Amino acid sequence: MNGGGSHRFTVVTVVLVVVLLALVVLNLLCGSVDIDSGAVWKILTGGSSGNQAWDTIIMQSRVPMIATALLAGAALAISGLLLQTTFNNPLAGPSILGVSSGAGLGVAVIMLAMGGSVGSVFGTSLGSYIATLLGAFIGAGVVLLILIVFSSIVRSSTMLLIIGILVSYLTSSVVQLLNSVATEEGVHNYVSWGFGSFSGVSLDQMPVYATLIVLGLAASVLMVKPLNALLLGTRYAENLGINTHRTRSILLLITGVLTAVVTAFCGPIGFLGLVVPHIARLTLGTSNHSKLMPVTMLAGADVALLCTWVSVAGKHGVIPINAITPIIGVPIIIYIILNRRRIQYFN
Amino acid sequence: MEAILTTHDLAVGYVHGKHTTTLLQGLNLSLNEGELVALLGQNGAGKSTLLRALTCASRPVDGSIRLRGKNVTEMSQHERSRLIGLVSTERISAGALTVRELVGLGRQPHTGFLGRMSVQDREIVEAALADVGIENKAASYVSELSDGERQKAMIAKALAQETPVIVLDEPTAFLDAASRIETMNLLASLAHDRGKAILLTTHDISRSLLLTDALWLITKDRTVVTGPTGEMVQSAVMNEVFSSQAVRFNPETCDYESCEKKS
Repeated sequence: MNGGGSHRFTVVTVVLVVVLLALVVLNLLCGSVDIDSGAVWKILTGGSSGNQAWDTIIMQSRVPMIATALLAGAALAISGLLLQTTFNNPLAGPSILGVSSGAGLGVAVIMLAMGGSVGSVFGTSLGSYIATLLGAFIGAGVVLLILIVFSSIVRSSTMLLIIGILVSYLTSSVVQLLNSVATEEGVHNYVSWGFGSFSGVSLDQMPVYATLIVLGLAASVLMVKPLNALLLGTRYAENLGINTHRTRSILLLITGVLTAVVTAFCGPIGFLGLVVPHIARLTLGTSNHSKLMPVTMLAGADVALLCTWVSVAGKHGVIPINAITPIIGVPIIIYIILNRRRIQYFN
Repeated sequence: MEAILTTHDLAVGYVHGKHTTTLLQGLNLSLNEGELVALLGQNGAGKSTLLRALTCASRPVDGSIRLRGKNVTEMSQHERSRLIGLVSTERISAGALTVRELVGLGRQPHTGFLGRMSVQDREIVEAALADVGIENKAASYVSELSDGERQKAMIAKALAQETPVIVLDEPTAFLDAASRIETMNLLASLAHDRGKAILLTTHDISRSLLLTDALWLITKDRTVVTGPTGEMVQSAVMNEVFSSQAVRFNPETCDYESCEKKS
């Protein structure tokens, strides 16, 4: 009966933090190369394990991958939460509404413009990855604008989802048309980027990546009050003194930045943004954003780290993240759809 | 009694592209403190449109609306949110909030940037819950409430907002007979005992209408006639509301009934 009391919030938060720490440890220890925990500890505390290769793997590969996954998970989950509240649509998310594919199209255009000859998605130069980031942001922004326009024309939230899915199809067909004129290497790069991976952010790129995401997350925390007012719908929110027009614009801007940054660096990651806010609501038993926001971030980081851990468990190289997220996401979405009459936040 | 909400040659309607449709014009209305007023009219007469204009959900076509003498269009949204509270029929997605959290949203115009509530804010929320009589449901989810309780919770939200004016769009729609009467009694006591100026629209023409102090009647030819309820129900103007020839107002039962004689 006690709807999301502070006791439940504390328990859920503590559990998620413990799981987070456990997953960080697992991701440090597991990988294609077995490194014993003592050596890992030595390397992390600033020493050397005495094995040059191990030092490099931990510091240049596993640590950045953990940080990338953690931040990407939180960012996508918050993007999903903001979209769900903004559009008053529980099935909204950055991938299903086409925001991720919009960002992907932006990335494809930039890659093509650069001749598709960059060694990885990002070139080594600062300019090339800032261009890619901008491309992703513009792509995500265009899709968000399309969604805003359509959401004021079609009132049905299901129709908006279908429009989002159609936009995804459209962007992927444009990407394929672009690929037909791209170099083989460019296409290969784009395809492997599309699988989704948290190992694409190097230590050099980490400051930009982390700063943008932390800023986006901090900005969303500041939006808790208007987000709660939006639960009552536009008219009530305005009556409570909220400028809904400005609020929605800010929320979509934050969503655009978070989704674009993650998509540019990690590829278009599916399901995470859609599913994690539901995990948070169901475990907390509330849609009050002051509790939902931190739990969504933590749960997002947890799920992303779980995917990372699974992805390195493969026998033949790394499993793409996008092969794992649907396995977690689809059952949860089906559960939610089947039980919508019993779940408080639908009623 | 002081007039708190006044309109001056107000015209309301809706804008569709470049085309403006005016539904009601030349309105000089006034709502007093401590007064419960019902706005009546047939469907499509412009009740909701007038209510939207009064709550600043849409701009007036012409004329002005003043709250405590100040033109509402010159006020910030925040300033208005402290003067006029709304209870509408809009579907809300707050099922997973507790009733207490929902009523707490009414404090938003008074809290800071992050919406953190002070001890005083919390006391006001508890008082609002008690005023409408749902303090025993404070920890329940909004989704667990009956329609009547949900309506009371929304009224408590408006009370927590501490606005001198409360506007309610069809507060008794979807309610059973008992909840309808309870809601009307509650609104009457908020007006008479707490000095709120309350305006509501309703299709529920019945004896509970006699709880109101005044009626704003939109007639079938789109003029607005106002007057004390007691006088209005005795006057012929009650028969000017509906275009239909088949109904007639009966002052005895305080309701509309069929013109045809019962056999």
